[in-house]
Formats: sequence, C-alpha cells, structure tokens
Amino acid sequence: MSLSATTAPPPPAAPPRPPAARRSRSHKLTRLDLKYSPYLYIAPFFLVFGVFGLYPMLRTAWMSLHDWNLIGDHSFIGFDNYTRLVTDEYFWNATLNTFGIFLLSTVPQLLIALFLANLLNRTFLRARTLFRMAIFMPNVVSVAAVAIVFGMLFQRDFGVINWVLGLVGVNPVDWDAERWSSWTAVASMVNWRWTGYNTLILLAGMQAIPRDLYEAAELDGAGQWTQFWRITLPMLTPTFVFVVILSTIGGLQLFTEPLVFANGNIIGGDQREFQTLAMYMYELGIENLNTAGYGAAVAWAMFLMIALVSLVNFLLVRRTVK
Amino acid sequence: MTSASRRLWRTSPLTYVALVLATLLSIYPFYYMVVIATRSLDSINDVPPPVTPGGSFGDNVGRVLDNDAANFLTGLLNSVIVSTVVTLSVVITGSLAGFAFAKLRFRGRNILLLSIVVTMMIPTQLGLIPLWGMIQDLNWYDTLYAVTVPFLVSAFGVFMMRQYATQAVSDELIEAGRVDGASTFRIYWNIVLPALRPAAAVLGLLTFMETWNSFLWPYAVLTPENPTLQVSLAFLSYAYYTDYSQVFAATAIGTVPLVIVFVLFGRQIIGGIMEGAVKS
Repeated sequence: MSLSATTAPPPPAAPPRPPAARRSRSHKLTRLDLKYSPYLYIAPFFLVFGVFGLYPMLRTAWMSLHDWNLIGDHSFIGFDNYTRLVTDEYFWNATLNTFGIFLLSTVPQLLIALFLANLLNRTFLRARTLFRMAIFMPNVVSVAAVAIVFGMLFQRDFGVINWVLGLVGVNPVDWDAERWSSWTAVASMVNWRWTGYNTLILLAGMQAIPRDLYEAAELDGAGQWTQFWRITLPMLTPTFVFVVILSTIGGLQLFTEPLVFANGNIIGGDQREFQTLAMYMYELGIENLNTAGYGAAVAWAMFLMIALVSLVNFLLVRRTVK
Repeated sequence: MTSASRRLWRTSPLTYVALVLATLLSIYPFYYMVVIATRSLDSINDVPPPVTPGGSFGDNVGRVLDNDAANFLTGLLNSVIVSTVVTLSVVITGSLAGFAFAKLRFRGRNILLLSIVVTMMIPTQLGLIPLWGMIQDLNWYDTLYAVTVPFLVSAFGVFMMRQYATQAVSDELIEAGRVDGASTFRIYWNIVLPALRPAAAVLGLLTFMETWNSFLWPYAVLTPENPTLQVSLAFLSYAYYTDYSQVFAATAIGTVPLVIVFVLFGRQIIGGIMEGAVKS
C-alpha cells in the first residue's frame, strides 16, 4: 500500500502557492474530513431507509386513521378502523389461523432443533460439516418453491404423504379443505425450511458454553440428562430468546406458504381456513385498494401482536430457564 | 482431554441414526422435485409415487420456455439483475456505514447505531401498503426499480459489518494511515475494505439468496409480464397446476443455482450465520 502517494499533483493551471498557506488549507481539509465524512458514510443507509422504510411505517399509522383509497380519496375517521377490527369476524379468523400455524410450526421446530443441535455438538462426531450442510440446505430454497413442492406432496389423490398414510391404513386427507389439515400442511413447510437454520444458531450457542463446566459436572457424577437440563439449557438462554423472537417475527408475518398452497387465492381456502393476518392485510390494502386505511389498521394490529408475543416469550423463556 | 469428558461427548450409533434421518428428510423434497421435473406428466399419477428420475426434463423445460403466461426467462434475467444490484449495494453501503460506526468518532454515533439495531426488529410488512402507494406515485409499478431501490441498504448489513470491523481492523493501522496523510476515504478503501473481505463475502451471499428468494413485495408490485423468478413460478403454478412436470421443471431451474452456490460456499455461509448468532 502506498499511502503517502495520496496527494494528487496540483493541476497545472493552479498558481503556485506559498507553502504556509498550502499547509493550512490541507490542514483545514483534514479537519473537515475528520468531522463530517462519517456522516457521509452513514448517509446512504439513513437516506434510503428513511424514504422507503421509516416513512411508509409512520404513514401506515396515519393511514389507519382514515378511510383511505390507495388510488383515490381519503377522509379522516379517527379510530373507527380500530373499533371495526374488534368485531371483524375475518380479522379474528385470520388471527386464529396465524397463531395456530405459528404454534404448529414453532414448537416442534424448536424442540427438534434443540435435539439436533445437541447431537451435532458431540466432540467426536464424524462428517459434521456434511450433516450441518445437509440440515441447513432447505433454508436456501425459496419459499415459493417450497410451497410448490409441498403442495404436491400434500396433493389429495396422488401426493406422497397420503400414499404413506395409506400404507398405515389412513384414508386420503384433503389437506386444503379443513382447518387443522391445512394448518398442518403449511406448518410443515415452515418447519422444513427453518429447522436447520435454528439448529445451527442453537449449536453456535452451545459451542460457546465452556467445556470445563461439563467436566466438573461429570466429576460430580451428573448424568447426561442432568447436564443438559442444568448446564446446557440455562447457558443457552440468550441464544434461545434470540431464536424464539426471530421465529415470532417471521411466523406471525407468514404469507407466501399459505398463499401458494391456496393457488394464489388471497382468502386462503374457500372458507378462509388458512388465511393469515398478512394475507388479510394484503387483501384489504392491495387486492382491494379502496380499503387501504383498514388494511393499515390490520398492519398495526399485527405489529402490536408481534411486539407483545416477543415480549411475553422473552419474559417466559427467561423465567423458566432460570 | 480427560477421560471424563471423553465419555461425556461420546457419539452413540443412535446419534448417527437420528442425524441420517434428519439429512434424508432435508434432502428428500429436493430429490422429489428432480424426480417430478424429469418425468412425463402421466407418470405423476402412478401408485406408488415415482421414486426415480425420468428422461423428460428437456420436454418439460421446453414447455416452460414456450409458455408466455409466466415469462419464465424474463423472470430469470430480472432476478439475476435485481439480486446482483441489491447485493453490491448492500455490501458497499454496509461496509461504509459499518466502518464509520466501528472506527470513526462523531456526534450521535451511539444513538444512530442503536436506531439501526431497533429497525432490525421491526417487521417489514408494517409499511407495505403505503410503500405500494409510493411506488404507484413514482410510476415504478411493474418496473425493476420497485423491487430494487427500497432494498439497496440493509440494517442487518450495517450491523454485521460494524461488528466485524470492530475486531478485524486495528486502530493502529488506521492511525498509521492518518499520520501518512491519508483521507478517511483512502483509509476505507486501502485498509478497511480489504480487512472486511471475509464478512463482505458472507453478507453478499446471504443478501443474494434473500433477494433471489424474496416473494411478497415483488408479488405486490410486479405482474406476470415483467416478473422476478419467484413471481413467475407462482403464476406458473397457479395457472398450470395440472401440468406438474412443467411447474416442477421451472422450480428446479430456479432452485439449482442456489444449491450450487450453497454447495460451493456452504461452509462460509454456515460459519457466518453461526458467528452472527453468538455475537448478537
């Protein structure tokens, strides 16, 4: 690196300057550079985020207080959109679906991830990189592709899952026709795509636990299970909170899997059996542009739910693991 | 290692059984995708379901390419353009801002950094509806601007680069540069950026995959006339849900590039994800 070669030769037209003045000028430039250039470097982020991130979020709040048509007029109506939400059957249906799918995907997923991470954490495991990569691989597939492939696996007449169930004597299930079955199918897509990711995060947390803790416990005669409950889980709390909150933010915004599973039908099943909150918001704000204000209220309701559930999870996980 | 810890970390055969099972479950849908994508349409109805690939991949791809309802090739090209532009921009703006937050002193640094961390926790769907309106006002509906410009920067990118720069770039080196009279930008370009290369590579890979795979927003602002790959796939699957082998051939083409990237760089991607988890 030739750092001393940074000062460019002066342009030929510039009149020669006395050395003193020149030094003070470059000194001034350096001071300006030191003081203001940091702002120049962070400016691109804040500019783009401000315009396309922060502003729309705030505008969602403003919109939600209006009867708003995205390509037309709007009028102020105060909190009417929010009072309407309270009695909106479709809104509560979507809330129920979202939380149902969320539980069916998050709980088994995190338990399996915890189990797999514990296995991958063995010292003398062979082919560890191979296992890690294989388990993580579903995460690189797009959600749309996952939904297409799983939609076929769950197909009623010749899907592989019904065929396997048939082997053990279960009648073919019409997966997208009922609430519980569609929840299961959608949740299984989420589980398949995210279990490996969470396994690796939990594994990283486990590897940060000092090994001498286990050695001490072993000398005291603690068995593997005791060690898992008394050392691994408590030490893993921060990582676990992180994983739970990430899953909450993702899980409560679920959109693509149920939409593609419903073949693009934004109401998710003929009787809205698996329409999620994100789909309902999309239906109100973008599919029907003239109810955008009401859709904005749904967006804020979703945001509050995510914040609330994250907080509850945070407190709960903290508490139980202690 | 003591004998106690050796016993503790032993791996029983059951460990391998469980891991192999998990591996098979992870891989099977990929394999199934390949099987259906290479089969002719009539063998889909077979009982038991087909388990080996067939020879009709070329036929199936041909139907995808001839299909003007989903503009698959346009979608593929659009996805390459959008993912590349977004990735380059996120890495550059992320490393600039990350460097500033990690190594430069300025007023408001801590509060601004905190604001970036907070934005990472805000669900992106919150601003969806007004953003859609903005895209209309800008006349960007159904153009690539709509799916590129809002994603040119990423809070995660800034944060990740900042974390890495804090420990990977030594203050002495920066001081030495200053003494030599280098401008801040020169220091960024000659000292910081080379040191950030490993983190930049991981951020680039993650951003590329995320952009390539993103669905909701492109679906909201693009039409089948000018889709991204994922949007094209969705419309293909809605319209041709009876022609599974065609839809699966398209899905396989859309998935294979990422699988290749992953097989080549999987180690780094996994390393980056695991490191990020421990630090944050």
